[in-house]
Amino acid sequence: MQTPVQVKTVVNENAVKARQSAPKMEMRNLSVYYGKFRALAEINLTVQANKITAIIGPSGCGKSTLLRSFNRMNDLTPSARVDGEIFLDGENINSNSADIVDVRRRVGMVFQRPNPFPKSIYDNVAYGPRLYGVKRKSDLDGIVEKSLRQAALWDEVKDKLHQSGLSISGGQQQRLCIARALAVEPEVILMDEPASALDPISTLRIEELMHDIVSDYTIIIVTHNMQQAARVSDYTAMMMIDENRSGRMIEFDQTQRIFTNPKDKRTEDYVTGRFG
Amino acid sequence: MRNFSAYSARRKSWRKFVNICMLTFSGIATGIVVAPLLWILGYVFSQGWPAINLQFFTELPTPVGVPGGGIANALVGSLMTVGLGLLIAAPIGILAGLYAAAHPESILGLIVRFGTDVISGVPSIVMGIFAYTIIVLPQKHFSAFSGGVVLAFIMLPIIVRTTEEMLKLVPATLREASVALGAAEWKTAFSVILPTAFNGVLTGLMLAIARAAGEAAPMLFTAFGNPFMNMDFNQPAATLPHMIFVYAISPYDDWHAKAWATALVLIVLVLVLNILARLFTWWRARNLGNVS
Repeated sequence: MQTPVQVKTVVNENAVKARQSAPKMEMRNLSVYYGKFRALAEINLTVQANKITAIIGPSGCGKSTLLRSFNRMNDLTPSARVDGEIFLDGENINSNSADIVDVRRRVGMVFQRPNPFPKSIYDNVAYGPRLYGVKRKSDLDGIVEKSLRQAALWDEVKDKLHQSGLSISGGQQQRLCIARALAVEPEVILMDEPASALDPISTLRIEELMHDIVSDYTIIIVTHNMQQAARVSDYTAMMMIDENRSGRMIEFDQTQRIFTNPKDKRTEDYVTGRFG
Repeated sequence: MRNFSAYSARRKSWRKFVNICMLTFSGIATGIVVAPLLWILGYVFSQGWPAINLQFFTELPTPVGVPGGGIANALVGSLMTVGLGLLIAAPIGILAGLYAAAHPESILGLIVRFGTDVISGVPSIVMGIFAYTIIVLPQKHFSAFSGGVVLAFIMLPIIVRTTEEMLKLVPATLREASVALGAAEWKTAFSVILPTAFNGVLTGLMLAIARAAGEAAPMLFTAFGNPFMNMDFNQPAATLPHMIFVYAISPYDDWHAKAWATALVLIVLVLVLNILARLFTWWRARNLGNVS
């Protein structure tokens, strides 16, 4: 695993310089409460379009809660309350007037463990497009193939599209879940430790896949694997809990700087493996 | 430092002895559970089998002393009442179970759970009197319809609770995956959660059918029984358990034999239905790789 790490990091630096980018999503003064407990405090964060932004930090610092704010998945937790503003292309999506279905179509999500539906591979990918009214078989066929190709899974499953999505390996299942998310043509993709349940080879494939698709998407990834953040991301947000056990973002910068020249002592300790 | 290997060697024979004792006890307990079941099945079979022939399924009951005769009316009546009961209880029960599983902490969810517990504790004969009061009395006649309604009340709590329990087993991440794609809650429930828990929900329906098909007491007040063939929901109808009751309390040996035979038919019907449901879920799981 060590050699590709080095290579990827070099590629990354060039990529950062090459691409000029614009803000895609922005959080302003975001706080999330579970009942009275403040899980996230005063997060301010700008996510650049067509870049990979990594969120790192020790366990329990609110990385997943922050990620789930980007597509309002915290709405599913009855006790959760989200304060502050979340902008998607300049529009505040954390308001009652925001169309939550449209938000979730534009901001897709891939979960920690592969979670394909107990349906066929084809129906897994076609699930999203069907929600939005795509009915014609030829259209669906096209979307399914395109999404599976983007997720680098097409060649492995093209002959068994009508077999269960649970019949393939864990790594393939996770790429199927990525294909399922890509099928509704989202603009942003949220990834919650997408490789933590996978073996190193599958992990590498997911990371390569992220590189392949980032020119068309904006990716935000939560990871507790620092090498992974260093390998794949352009920007990194470092999080930590404060004295009230609320998660705070203590540093945000280009990944290269976070890992080579962090401003915050705690970031330096964390990325050099001194704790966490 | 303590020498664990010597310690462990000393304990080895004792461990083996305890293991054998526990195995023996659980074996005996299993035997005690299974024995009455086999005994009942064997006895019903040996008593009922001699009276079973083709006419038994195709003919109507004959008066005492007249040879032949069958239970065609009760087969049809049971099909009508259980079928109607299922038609009423299945959609309501599944929807209520869906709600209770999705919103377990809500007031309505608690009411559903508490309510179904109370209903399932009500004796079926009380259910019969209830249906008698709200349907039979106003209509001034017994009917297969009222029998179907009372069976629906009996099936409802079973369907609600098994549906709820089975839906709770569906991993939360599947629900999240669907919602994250922009699916509404009802869409998620019907396209992801229910199909995933399909086998469990079907098991609940089967349990409900088995329970309802064997209810004699409420039938006394509702479907009432009918010695003739009836396919009208507005008319009284014979049912298998009611037929068993009538035949069994009669003083005639001929009818006693028919009671055993009817009981055998009822047991085998429920068994066959369960086997068919199992085959169906097995076939479905093989095709879709279901999780439950």
